[in-house]
Amino acid sequence: MGWIAGVGRELAGLFVDDGRFALAIVVWVLIMAGVARYGGGAYGGAVLFLGLAAILVWTCLSATSAHVRRQKPRRNSG
Amino acid sequence: MIGTGWAHTIPSVTAAFTASSVEFIEALTVILAVGRVRGWRAAIEGSVAGLALLVGIVAVLGPVLTRVPLGALQIVIGLLLLLFGLRWLRKAILRSVGVIKLHDEEAAYAAEMARLRALGHRPGRDMVAFTTSFQITMLEGIEVVFIVIAIGAGGAGLLLPASLGALAALLLVIVLGLAVHRPLSQVPENTLKFVVGVLLSGFGTFWVGEGIGLSWPGADWSILLLSLGFLLIALVLVQIGRARLAAEVA
Repeated sequence: MGWIAGVGRELAGLFVDDGRFALAIVVWVLIMAGVARYGGGAYGGAVLFLGLAAILVWTCLSATSAHVRRQKPRRNSG
Repeated sequence: MIGTGWAHTIPSVTAAFTASSVEFIEALTVILAVGRVRGWRAAIEGSVAGLALLVGIVAVLGPVLTRVPLGALQIVIGLLLLLFGLRWLRKAILRSVGVIKLHDEEAAYAAEMARLRALGHRPGRDMVAFTTSFQITMLEGIEVVFIVIAIGAGGAGLLLPASLGALAALLLVIVLGLAVHRPLSQVPENTLKFVVGVLLSGFGTFWVGEGIGLSWPGADWSILLLSLGFLLIALVLVQIGRARLAAEVA
């Protein structure tokens, strides 16, 4: 069973390494699926792309900011 | 209905070839280490066994997936491609910025050789060498299988071009590995991952859109436009990220 769990973790890791990033993508796709049910219009595809691009921008800038904060020397208090 | 014109076939072959190259290069590093430390026979047998199993998976799953209703397939495969492609693209961007370290094939090679030496030898068949080669071939190969099947499931006649792209990558890496006999550390791995991330993100977005009923102007040509859009955003993010890190250093 441990072997199967290990294979499962490897397979899951192909698609998800940052849970928030993956969740944001799935949620956005679900939102657009709901929009499409009521007629996505001529720009539905563009909106789908822009939402995914925004998620990519958000996660990259967040990771960069977190890296910058980790690199800053700690200030001694007192 | 997705066609199989040039607008679809060329990105399909390119994505399959490029992604497969990256995975096979990483597998080659480990297999070379196994061969050097523990012997070539077991290393080759393990990797051939892994390849045979992977080919069997593609041969069985590929045709089966073409029988699944297209709409459902597009949504599921498209979403998986989106998760896979955007994950690769995000990491490629962060490596280019310097937030994540670049993958070092030479360091990985040295570490693997040290690990294999430490395991020692037992009389008889070297199962450590066989299983190490088999596992790395399966581990890296399963990503190739996913990409080939996902691309192949996107339209009639795409499984063969995608498979040929992966096969071409395999042959190229084998030839280079035999010629160089060292890890292919000079290959711009992060650039390749960048390209794969851009293409698969474009594919995934297109198929998810098709699956949920959105319209794409220009049909299959939208894949190229989407990929170009992701590429432009990624390049801008790299510049912004580098500027931020440079400002901190200053």
